[in-house]
Amino acid sequence: MTEPSHTSPLGALAYDAAPESASIAHLAPSYGLFLDGQFTPAGSHAQFASLNPATEETLATVALASASDVDRAVVSARRAYERVWSKTTGAERAKYLFRIARLIQERSRELAVVETLDNGKPIRESRDVDVPLAAAHFFYYAGWADKLEHSGFGPHPRPLGVAGQIIPWNFPLLMAAWKLAPALAAGNTCVLKPAETTPLSALVLAEIFQQAGLPDGVVNIVTGDGTTGAALVDHPGVDKIAFTGSTAVGRMIQERVAGSAKRLTLELGGKGANIVFEDAPIDEVIEGIVDGIFFNQGHVCCAGSRLLVQESVADEVLRRLLRRVDQLRVGDPMDKNTDVGAINSAAQLERIRELAAWGEREGATRYTSACALPDKGYWFAPTVFADVAQSHRIARDEIFGPVLSVLTFRTPDEAVAKANNSKYGLACGVWSEKGSRTLWVAQRLRAGVIWANTYNKFDPTSPFGGVRESGFGREGGRQGLEAYLDV
Amino acid sequence: MAPLRTIEARDRGVLVPARISVPTFADGGELRRFVYALGGVDAVGVQGRVATLGTRSLKRATKTAAIDLAISMVDLTTLEGADTPGRVSSLCAKAMRPDPRDPSVPSAAAVCVYPDLVAHARHVLGDSSVAVASVATAFPSGRASLDVKLLDVRDALAAGADEIDMVIDRGAFLAGRWSQVFDEIAAVKATCGAVHLKVILETGELVTYDNVKRASWLAMLAGADFIKTSTGKVGVNATLPVALVMLEAARDFAEQTGRLVGVKVAGGVRTTKDALKYLVVVNETTGATWMTSQYFRFGASSLLNDLLMQRLTQRTGAYVRPDEFSGD
Amino acid sequence: MSERLDVKKTYKLIINGAFPRSESGRSYPVATAGGDFLANVAQGSRKDVRDAVVAARAAQAKWWGASAYLRGQVLYRWAEMAESRRSELADHVGLAEGLKKKDAQLSVARAIDRIVWYAGWTDKVTQVLGGANPVAGPFFNFSLPVPSGVIGVVAHQESSLEGFVESVAAPICVGNAVVALASEHRPSPAVILTEMTATSDFPGGVLNVVTGVTAELAGHLVAHEDVDGVDLTGAGESSDDLARRAAGSIKRVYRPRPHDEENPLRRLRTFVETSTVWHTIGQ
Repeated sequence: MTEPSHTSPLGALAYDAAPESASIAHLAPSYGLFLDGQFTPAGSHAQFASLNPATEETLATVALASASDVDRAVVSARRAYERVWSKTTGAERAKYLFRIARLIQERSRELAVVETLDNGKPIRESRDVDVPLAAAHFFYYAGWADKLEHSGFGPHPRPLGVAGQIIPWNFPLLMAAWKLAPALAAGNTCVLKPAETTPLSALVLAEIFQQAGLPDGVVNIVTGDGTTGAALVDHPGVDKIAFTGSTAVGRMIQERVAGSAKRLTLELGGKGANIVFEDAPIDEVIEGIVDGIFFNQGHVCCAGSRLLVQESVADEVLRRLLRRVDQLRVGDPMDKNTDVGAINSAAQLERIRELAAWGEREGATRYTSACALPDKGYWFAPTVFADVAQSHRIARDEIFGPVLSVLTFRTPDEAVAKANNSKYGLACGVWSEKGSRTLWVAQRLRAGVIWANTYNKFDPTSPFGGVRESGFGREGGRQGLEAYLDV
Repeated sequence: MAPLRTIEARDRGVLVPARISVPTFADGGELRRFVYALGGVDAVGVQGRVATLGTRSLKRATKTAAIDLAISMVDLTTLEGADTPGRVSSLCAKAMRPDPRDPSVPSAAAVCVYPDLVAHARHVLGDSSVAVASVATAFPSGRASLDVKLLDVRDALAAGADEIDMVIDRGAFLAGRWSQVFDEIAAVKATCGAVHLKVILETGELVTYDNVKRASWLAMLAGADFIKTSTGKVGVNATLPVALVMLEAARDFAEQTGRLVGVKVAGGVRTTKDALKYLVVVNETTGATWMTSQYFRFGASSLLNDLLMQRLTQRTGAYVRPDEFSGD
Repeated sequence: MSERLDVKKTYKLIINGAFPRSESGRSYPVATAGGDFLANVAQGSRKDVRDAVVAARAAQAKWWGASAYLRGQVLYRWAEMAESRRSELADHVGLAEGLKKKDAQLSVARAIDRIVWYAGWTDKVTQVLGGANPVAGPFFNFSLPVPSGVIGVVAHQESSLEGFVESVAAPICVGNAVVALASEHRPSPAVILTEMTATSDFPGGVLNVVTGVTAELAGHLVAHEDVDGVDLTGAGESSDDLARRAAGSIKRVYRPRPHDEENPLRRLRTFVETSTVWHTIGQ
């Protein structure tokens, strides 16, 4: 018998392209604003293009809402609140939300395709994570609409009124669901402002609201850029602002609403520590690290972007991690076998490149997957920096891309100290087979969410949100209602 | 600016040292400490990983190639009290020429029978490439003395078996008598000599992934050429998460010792869809070296016909009726 | 031209997702509120009750093993199915209870909305009834509500649909399986509604319905040792006696109290147990 080869390349069975069909998206060439139940052009008729980041082609043009368009949206939301929604019983609101949840399930494939085209995330993720979770959020909060008196916020919880909601580009549909479902369940009406680079799935959602017979004006959607968001934040007719995005913008919004009666919740950036102890189940650890940082191209505010690994197993973890990273399938987001898709925009790609360059400049050891990248579109190969120090920029700044910084620790105390040495506090991971130590560490981590032996798990019943400069307020769970109740 | 480093091509995938060096143990305690030090398995993580791999979509040429590969990995199995020479003859014919009308269909890897039918199978198969595998060691329960088990193995070898599928003593394993399990496997391997030894862990009775990982290592350290999931005779047979744990063990064992051990999934794999999922798990866990019948097998009976049906569908674009293929 | 002859339906038992006639081979006629013949209904026996309890026990583990989200989806699906057969339900509620068409329709609408209400509870009872406990020591301590197991229901005798829904949906919502004795003289709405569980992704056996003589069957149901709780809403004068028999195997017992409608969580709380976990915290 001949001696077998001494290396065995992984993923050697080359998968033929298995692309999802873009025609399922049914996109219109252009979209208006969704005001008072109807699609209407912006007052100025201004439009901007939404690109497919994997090809740099225009998918559709979308209305650019000015301050006066935002005003129309707020007026519409106020009218719907006063005339209809505040007089609709919880049980009836519940049934609207159940309908919406069902329609999302029924149009799930279309929504997944739209999301992947517009955002660049792999179709596997939009199909298996974003869309099902969005439906689940509506389903969960539907159930709360007629049970608010049992939610623990007193006997007669009341809605706030009109909620202005500004969402990011990393999970466009899911973030819309996280914002709208609890707000509507609690009895508010909404003005939603999708991100500039990813407005399309929210507009499909608007069609779903029409299909569900949701009363006009209960949800209004104003597409646009930063000026649109600013107009919404500043509008005096808005009772509440909910924002998900960067800490820098969150800080600006907090300043602008300070002194007004507006309620505010912020879900901002993060620099999550993923802490691996020597007794952790190593194969699952590797998968967890990969899920933590390469899920959604690392465009995740709670990404496990800092790997803290116990020194005694650091070499072994790094060796296995690099083997696994090299195996990630990077490329066409519409291919069902793609693991890592396109970077959402040219601007974001530039930021990732800049911070990665800092990593090299400051002396960290860079490993970049040898995967081939497409010519057109925005791409960044999965990258791991080893030998990172706490003081390096790549250990402190949120990169929001597929870049992992690896640091080591010796004792649980040191792991906690390093994990907490950050202005952020959104999420952390802890990997160990020893439950009591996991809980000891979890108790000491300053983070809103702590995953043990898993990472990047989301569920409508589970509250999500940060501490310190990662923001305040919770989305999901019973706690998520508080953001939209006058309590 | 520092030069941009990429992962070197030679560092990719599974690295197998050229020199084989399998650790030996002074006593059972040392063996136990070694296996425990390998660490545990997180059940949720394993199930999540196979769920993701299960979404891989094999299309066109990849699918065609994978179906043929799967056919070549089948150990066509009959292990019934009612087995007769006639039944084994038709099984052998099927293994050699799965589709008599199409010579491009590869033959199966082996037929798998009880020891008393080995001679007959050997005779029918002649000098074809299809091997004769025989279950032995008081299959399926393993409840006999070591002497009886070894006699069972010698019988099968004398009748011309190319491969022996033994069962471990699950009672001894679950009672913590690991060195007994180890010694039995080593004794059977010594009896087998160059004949390939597959060690059946009966993972449905071991229940936990931790146990599957430990039993896999125990078997490989004791000399197994293959580790195999199941007898097909208990409630739970091969599952994807169990296969993943065993493949990870085989990969890590190869990286540590330089010795390549195969994995056989048996029982419960009935459809092409299932078989392709297993191949994806092999592909992305142990890699190309294991993507051959030398290192991966399906112990199955009805799977082969489904593979043939899907193979034809790939070529004609139309779904095929089951009666298109012989019922063996 | 001759008139078309109606196809008459016999209402059968629902046990383990199947629709058997009674093991006894008996059936009995039920009448409308006005006294006219409505339908023949299977007359369940002691052995039918036994079979239903066996089915419920097997189904309960499966039902509780499903995620709360999925259980909510299934209950909501049941409401969707009921919505599409509203008029049939309203016909039977109207005939059985002697209601005007509009009142019968309203009753059916309320019953369906009630199922939707419970559909929304499946993934919230844990948060509302459970919680973490700040024990004085290095322990993480939390309490979770878990279902009691198999619940026997003696359904409301007058309120053929709404009463039935109230008694069965609450225990099912929190993860129990149910064996229900439908209203003796007004069983058809309960049977029709339960038939729809077969097309709502319920695992067979989560809701079993036995029709027949309540006085004959209730004693067997309440005395069955593998039944963990009983709802005696429709037991009438025999309630005290049945409650005493339930003590034999320490069953949880639900009996209606005045002002129950002001305390909508009582039914949810009755058939759950609190399970508390202590876990050490240490480096």
